[in-house]
Amino acid sequence: MIFKRSERGTAPVEPVTLKILVAGGFGVGKTTLVGAVSEIKPLRTEENLSEAGRPVDDTNGVPGKHTTTVAMDFGRITLREDLVLYLFGTPGQDRFWFLWDELATGALGAVVLADTRRLEDCFAAVDYFERRSIPFVVGVNCFEGATRYPSDAVRHALDLDEKTPVVLCDAREKESVKEVLIDVVEHAMAIGAAAREPVAT
Amino acid sequence: MSDDDGQAALPHWFDDDAGPVVRPYAMTRGRTTSPAQHRLDLIAVVIAESRAEETEADQTLSPEHVDIVGLCRDTPQSVAELAAELDLPIGVVRVLIGDLVDDRLVHVTRPVPPAELPDESILRDVINGLRAL
Repeated sequence: MIFKRSERGTAPVEPVTLKILVAGGFGVGKTTLVGAVSEIKPLRTEENLSEAGRPVDDTNGVPGKHTTTVAMDFGRITLREDLVLYLFGTPGQDRFWFLWDELATGALGAVVLADTRRLEDCFAAVDYFERRSIPFVVGVNCFEGATRYPSDAVRHALDLDEKTPVVLCDAREKESVKEVLIDVVEHAMAIGAAAREPVAT
Repeated sequence: MSDDDGQAALPHWFDDDAGPVVRPYAMTRGRTTSPAQHRLDLIAVVIAESRAEETEADQTLSPEHVDIVGLCRDTPQSVAELAAELDLPIGVVRVLIGDLVDDRLVHVTRPVPPAELPDESILRDVINGLRAL
């Protein structure tokens, strides 16, 4: 890590920033997960779209509305004064893929949240991260009333790589979310180590 | 997508929900990219320079520019936080930050370059930091 020497005086610390993405289908609990660990209320940033959404977003009956807004929720965890982790909830709708690229650039890893009642909703996210070799962990959000499946069954249903961790979690619980995030970082480390090895030997 | 607790507090402006009165890219005079900083990462950190004290008096800056410098003066802010704080689209904030970098009022730190994992010791620090939360 390269730190630029601060200009004379007491310049504020320049933190190292890292990001982890939170992906998954619509309503699977992405924002809840971000909110459970974030030290700030999940903020949202917005990007205006004009042309891209036109065929899809029905703006009939809303006179004067020519743009649609896509929002990304994000939270912040200050681990140390000089080390800050950001969590970004990806926009749920498939047609905002181009924003995913932007979010995924430089990301440490990702959590794919899954709901066993509609597992197919997270296929797209799994595909996306597999194809770009971004380390990810599948977090099965245990909704009340949903049947619990062992993680191996989920792994099989999603046809995941054997090394991809599948963990059961509760997106509302801080402790549970912390564990998932730790799994992401550990998985990223393992992948990083494996990638370095062939070069070294 | 309005705030959940929006009903409790009276909205600041009447008819706020209808959206901004000024179209976002009017603030950048129509520019959608900044030549110098065209791909600012969302988590790139913006830091005010020490000479950024007299921004209020600077007639060449827009109020949004002044706001950005003001927010960064005390604590460095990520691009995403600035956008959320100012309630402006990311694209607009990027252009404005580009202007400020050109004027040497702020500088931006690069996050870890894409396709490159941060140092293992940093990852270990992240894990320990998360455990300690």
